[in-house]
Order: sequence, then C-alpha cells, then structure tokens
Amino acid sequence: MIRVIIPHHLRNLAGTGAEVTVEVAGPVTQRAVLDALEARYPVLRGTIRDYATGQRRPFLRFFACTEDLSHESPDALLPEEVAAGIEPYRIIGAIAGG
Amino acid sequence: MSSVRVLVGTRKGAFILTADEKRDKWHVEGPLFGGLEIYHLKGSPVDPNRIYASQASDWFGQVIHRSDDGGKTWTTVGNEFAYDGPTGTHQWYDGTAHPWDFRRVWHLEPSLHDPDVVYAGVEDAAIFRSDNGGRTWQELPGLRRHDTSGIWQTGGGGFCLHTIILDPTDPDRIYIAISAAGAFRTDDGGQTWKPINRGLHSDYIPDANAEVGHCVHRIAMHPSQPNVLFMQKHWDVLRSDNAGDDWHEVSGNLPSDFGFVVDVHAHEPETIYVVPIKSDSEHYPPEGKLRVYRSRTGGNEWEALTKGLPQEDCYVNVLRDAMAVDNLDSCGVYFGTTGGQVYASADAGDNWNAIVHDLPAVLSVEVQTLP
Repeated sequence: MIRVIIPHHLRNLAGTGAEVTVEVAGPVTQRAVLDALEARYPVLRGTIRDYATGQRRPFLRFFACTEDLSHESPDALLPEEVAAGIEPYRIIGAIAGG
Repeated sequence: MSSVRVLVGTRKGAFILTADEKRDKWHVEGPLFGGLEIYHLKGSPVDPNRIYASQASDWFGQVIHRSDDGGKTWTTVGNEFAYDGPTGTHQWYDGTAHPWDFRRVWHLEPSLHDPDVVYAGVEDAAIFRSDNGGRTWQELPGLRRHDTSGIWQTGGGGFCLHTIILDPTDPDRIYIAISAAGAFRTDDGGQTWKPINRGLHSDYIPDANAEVGHCVHRIAMHPSQPNVLFMQKHWDVLRSDNAGDDWHEVSGNLPSDFGFVVDVHAHEPETIYVVPIKSDSEHYPPEGKLRVYRSRTGGNEWEALTKGLPQEDCYVNVLRDAMAVDNLDSCGVYFGTTGGQVYASADAGDNWNAIVHDLPAVLSVEVQTLP
C-alpha cells in the first residue's frame, strides 16, 4: 500500500481527503504510483501529468522523505519508506499566483 | 413566469445568478469550483439544464465539468484535448516558429440541435468537438492545417480560439475567431476553413491588410440574419453583410473603437452593443467612465448608455466573452468586469444595475432564458 498526499484542488476533484492509498504491483517508481493513482481516480488524468507529453505539470512538485524528486527519473525506485507505506509520496502545488 | 439564469466564469470560480423576468431581485449561488479559473460556462439551447463549464488552471491543467440539472450538481467529463496528428508550428511573440501546445479551453459552444454535441475553442488555437456530452473530444484539424497557420500569431492574452458561432440555418456553417489569426468560416462542417478577413485593416501588423494575422476580439450574429456579422477587432468595430467575405468599419462616433465585446439585441438584429476601452496599452474605459454604446442602425451611429454605470474613477475591463443578452420581451443585456461587477439591464441598455459588486475578475458571462 502506497500513501499519496494530494493538494487541495485535486482532493476536491477526486472527492477524497488529503491522503489516498494505491496499490502498486512491481517496482515502486513515481511513474507506477502516478499510474496507479490515475487508475483509481480517472478524474485526475491530465491534472498531474500533461496528457500529450506525460511530463509533470510545471507548477507541481513531487516529494518523499523530505527529498525533492521532481527532477528524478520517473522510473527510478522510490525510497523504501514510501514502498513500505511508512512515508507518503507528496504531490505539492507551487505557491504562486494571486 | 419566465426567468433568467446568468452563468458567470471568474478567476476564482463560477457563479450562477438567477432572477424572474422582472430581473430586479437576484439569487447568487457560488462560488462553484472555488479558487479555480472558470473560463466559460454555457448551456445547451436544446436542453437548458445541460451546462458545460471549462475549468483551467496553471497548476492542474484543463478540466471540463457538465451539469444536467441546471447547475445544481456537476460531473467531471473528458479533459483530453489531443491535436490530430503532427502539430506544426505557429509564430511566437518574437516571430520564431513555436509548436502548438494545448493550454486551456477558452470557449464552449453547445450545438443548436443536440445537447450531446458541443464545440470547444482552445489555446493553442484549435477547435474540438464532442459528440457524447463532453466525454471525449476530437479536433476538427482542417482549421489548424490551413495553409496560413504557420504565420498565425500569438495574441497578448494567449494564442486562443475564443469565438465559435453556429449558423442556425446551415448546420455545416461555423464561424470562429482566433487571436491573432483572424476570423475563419467553414461551410462543410469543419473539414475545410476559409479566412474571412477582407476589409480588416490592422496597422500593428506588417501587412495591415493581410489575409491572416489580425487580432479579432469577438464576433456576434443575430440568428435571423445569419449572413450579417459584427466584429470587435483589437481596434475597429466592423460589419459584414455577406457571411464574412467582406467587412467594413462601423466604428462611427465611438469614443474609442478598441474593445473586446460585441453583442446583438435579441429581437432587433440591427441593434448592437460594444463597450469601448481606451486603448490596447490601457485596458480600461476612456475618461474613467464605464459606458456601453448602442447602435440601433447596425453601426456607425452610437449612443452612450450610462444610467446606473459608474461615470467616474472606473478602470475595469470587460473581456471578450463577458457580455450576453437574454430573450425576454424586453431584452436584457448583461456584462461582467475585471473588477468583479456583473451589470444587468432589463430594458435593452437604458438602465443598469449591478447584480453583484465584488466577485473575482469576471472572465465570461452567458445568460439562459428559461420558460
């Protein structure tokens, strides 16, 4: 079980609380977690990763265990604490705008 | 008794304003989708309870919502707007070639005949169509593949397709407008498109009379005269009497012919409305006076409508999708401002009242007339 913390507007869209859980079969990578998240909540497709490119949307960042993983390979393994469900994978919106 | 439902898109959510046919007491509902930019909401002419809404966010991208009960509840529908095939390039601000890149839906135009059919005008400029109530979207790629598209330019507000007009007498005829490419028309349901910009003169582009590249801000049509179009261009108010093939200026005595909105009275096809803005460098009304100008002669001769509108120290803007008219016997006219006011006139513009004063900046206003 992977814990994922999503930002306010995505909670409203998916109808969830701050933290959701997903199951990942196989290596626990950012891509696998986000694929699982979108499979469980299809309404989130296109809101975290651009539909056309699959890239992280520029005003979002990905963190785990206090590390910024936004620029890591989406296929790199996430920390063991995330894979074990001890620490959450965090999707955070940029503090910007008015 | 008839009623009206005004659909307002703002920088921080949507609002629904309702009143009976007197239009003097209003119920305000919202914000819906609070905190998010709602570029446009529009109801189906066939089924007024069906309303489509475009939510756009720099953080979370494009989301489309649909209501089937007049805005009481909403369902999130499809948000994948994939260009059909290679995207090619258009001109960036500095003149370099820039690939098409989807950013947001500016305008939703439900079909006049089928509540499941809706068109979307998007940035970067293209037109999409859904045949299943917004669940999936397909581009009409003939527009973007037009021979001239490589030199279409990016407008200051974005490279957006912001206007879609469906001809009520010919389901294959659609008009669109793009900033800054100009106006286009299809006569075959969207397979092929023709630039319709002859007569437009724009001193701010290298060839002032070019076939494409003009910054058209808005086009309006009365359903009883589908070959007559009115245009608010970046500068100039224009008119066409032959479905856009030729245009001529009708700015007449306007204090400024820069502006964004233009609309037509519901029952008088030669009565039109604009809101003059001082200039493209100063996006606020001339002299700090918010004035709607009405022409009862299809242009050239304009009268200022000021009763109930601020006539000093007013420096708001009225954006291109932020004016609408209702169909009641005494035609109502509505517009919203970047200062968060939505003004309504129940007597075709003679007198105005603010329905609301303090909304977030208004991006769009549509009105539904309900039986």
